[in-house]
Amino acid sequence: MTWQGWALILGFTAVLGLLARPMGLWLFALAEGQAPAGLRWLAPLERGLYRVAGVDPAAEMGWRRYALHLLAFQLVTALFTYLILRAQGLLPMNPLGRAGVGADGAFNIAVSFVSNTNWQWYGGEGTLSNLSQMLALTPHNFLSAATGMAIAFALIRGFARTSAGGVGNFWADLTRVTLYLLLPVSLVYALYLVASGVPQTFDAQVVVTTLEGATQNIALGPVASQEAIKMLGTNGGGFYNANSGHPFENPTAITNLVQMLSIFLIGVGLPIAFGRAVGDERQGWAILAVMGALFLTAVGVTYWAEAAGNPVLHGLGLAGGNMEGKEVRFGIAASALFAVVTTAASCGAVNAMHDSFTALGGLVPIVNMELGEVIVGGVGAGLYGMLLFALLGVFIAGLMVGRSPEYVGKKIEAREVKLAVLAIAVLPLMILGGTALASVLPAGLAGPLNKGPHGFSEILYAFTSAAANNGSAFAGLTAGTPFYNGLLGVAMWVGRFFIIVPVLAIAGSLAAKRQVPAGPGSFPTTGPLWVGLLAGVVLILGGLTFLPALVLGPVADHVAIAAGALF
Amino acid sequence: MLHDLASAWRPAVTLGVAMFAITGLAYPALVTGVAQTVLPYQAGGSLIVDGGRVVGSALIGQGFTRAGYFHGRPSAAGSGHDAMASAGSNLGPGAQALHDRVQASVAALQAGGETGPIAADRVTASASGLDPHLSPAAALAQVPRIAGARGLPEPRVQALVDAAIENPCLGIAGDPVVNVLALNRELDKLKG
Repeated sequence: MTWQGWALILGFTAVLGLLARPMGLWLFALAEGQAPAGLRWLAPLERGLYRVAGVDPAAEMGWRRYALHLLAFQLVTALFTYLILRAQGLLPMNPLGRAGVGADGAFNIAVSFVSNTNWQWYGGEGTLSNLSQMLALTPHNFLSAATGMAIAFALIRGFARTSAGGVGNFWADLTRVTLYLLLPVSLVYALYLVASGVPQTFDAQVVVTTLEGATQNIALGPVASQEAIKMLGTNGGGFYNANSGHPFENPTAITNLVQMLSIFLIGVGLPIAFGRAVGDERQGWAILAVMGALFLTAVGVTYWAEAAGNPVLHGLGLAGGNMEGKEVRFGIAASALFAVVTTAASCGAVNAMHDSFTALGGLVPIVNMELGEVIVGGVGAGLYGMLLFALLGVFIAGLMVGRSPEYVGKKIEAREVKLAVLAIAVLPLMILGGTALASVLPAGLAGPLNKGPHGFSEILYAFTSAAANNGSAFAGLTAGTPFYNGLLGVAMWVGRFFIIVPVLAIAGSLAAKRQVPAGPGSFPTTGPLWVGLLAGVVLILGGLTFLPALVLGPVADHVAIAAGALF
Repeated sequence: MLHDLASAWRPAVTLGVAMFAITGLAYPALVTGVAQTVLPYQAGGSLIVDGGRVVGSALIGQGFTRAGYFHGRPSAAGSGHDAMASAGSNLGPGAQALHDRVQASVAALQAGGETGPIAADRVTASASGLDPHLSPAAALAQVPRIAGARGLPEPRVQALVDAAIENPCLGIAGDPVVNVLALNRELDKLKG
């Protein structure tokens, strides 16, 4: 470890701390239905979209209606993407003649992008045409992000409203977030990326003759426009197979820093927006403090493990940290930090190959995802995931002191706690269930590239990433098979929507309740005691279930390597 | 409930089509138009043209095997530096295949007369297989071989490496690097 590495990690955290409040105010205004001053000229477009869709943006929806409209939109847009991918060979903007994607592969990609996972069984530059990259994938980068934020807005309204029947209007939330946040920021961001070296062209490749006279075909395309929203919307689906490790997606150490910041940008603003909405900004800062503490712990472990390096390679005379699967321009610290950021959020972009991380360095990303990606988390999903844990936290605190629990002015009763447990039980079910199936069936066992415990880790990582809607991989796994495309597709769908529906039900249930003023017996949810309790609930309720699987995978891997065993 | 769902399909389809057109066609087209007008070099892939011939991209590593050139990192992209198939090796830390590959690379370097510890990036595959850079240490270790092959004094080659080191933000945002293709083009100029 170096002082430069720690300066990066701490500086990065500090900058996000400074961005949280302005971002939170922007998001709070959006949730209230206000467009930012500089963007009001887009209002006619917003009104035009409502007119075409035949919706009244002021009409309040109950949680059931909100959920059904949201789900209908996911189904319809997933079908668009499926059809475009299947028909790829017949569509224009396909100069390299990429064929249509097979049924299982197209199903997997459609579910992957609609669920904000962006798991990629394929290599982008070798499988997709420029039209597919633009029209089949990029829209979901916007819309799945906007959907996540819409759900967070609905839950925030549940806490903030009193005796209300509605939780907002899904179409208005979706449209406003897209027009007044994601599109304008992406536009500026994409042009910054181009200026830094990210290509943006409708050409699909260029052929060069190298200094030694060999021919090198270089894949090109509209990369920057996809890259910007890929990070901002915590999507993570790369234009290229190597994702943000590819010099065309992430050309410099500075673009790398900006990419990491943009993964967390919206996520750190949402707790502040939540705090504002419930009338006490400290509630938001308490949640950010929990996230910050868990985040720095995770970064510390990964950075230490990667900087310590691989003892197997040290034995062969190599100096320094673990550079297998990492790019020199990022080095150890910026690669370790990126790995933690991308799995703490539900981004899943990678700037290094996690499969080649040390055993403990690779353990941390898995744990981050299994906790439910609540350490800042995906846009929207991180906040509503953390609020589920907060409900359980006040419930546990209430049990300990024998009082009925309250949180930010709302009584938390059996219905909310049951729904929260239901949502939190989805991840263990899909991750452990899927991993168990793939570990015994021949079609599953055919997947891993590596042998021994690391092969098991590849399977565990895949189901963790899919169910938690992350999208990164231990990419040695050959996942482009009907078995994995199907099962991981189901894991992604369930991992997304079987959590969203209970969250919206909680929002509806809370909105209908009256506010109860905090009394002397209320458990304070702003101080260090609460921060510690909530962090403990996240680790114990979120993490403990996965301990046996982690011991079989990364921990066994670590012990075996320390004992000198190779596989 | 059924009524709620029935009323969802029209906005789902119409707003879906409109949003796909805005975010999937208009937005990338607008970025492309501006980028191609204002930043044509970067938007086109940072291509290096030498005497009317495109010799590479400043950002994409290419394979070097001759003794008189700096050699980049091992590549797992296709059959090596295949810029249509970016990839890392994805070998785990305890993989026998990783051990054997690195062992062979180290043996080849030692057979070429190198002694002492070897910079980690020199014999490890990058994330993309297209890493255009080396660490300064990995480049400096190749100076004697290149000077010998080209009949140049070592200090001249070493000075090239020193001048090529890029160190953004004091090495805080990322590590110091040298660009292999740029360095090798400088070498060719020395000769000429």
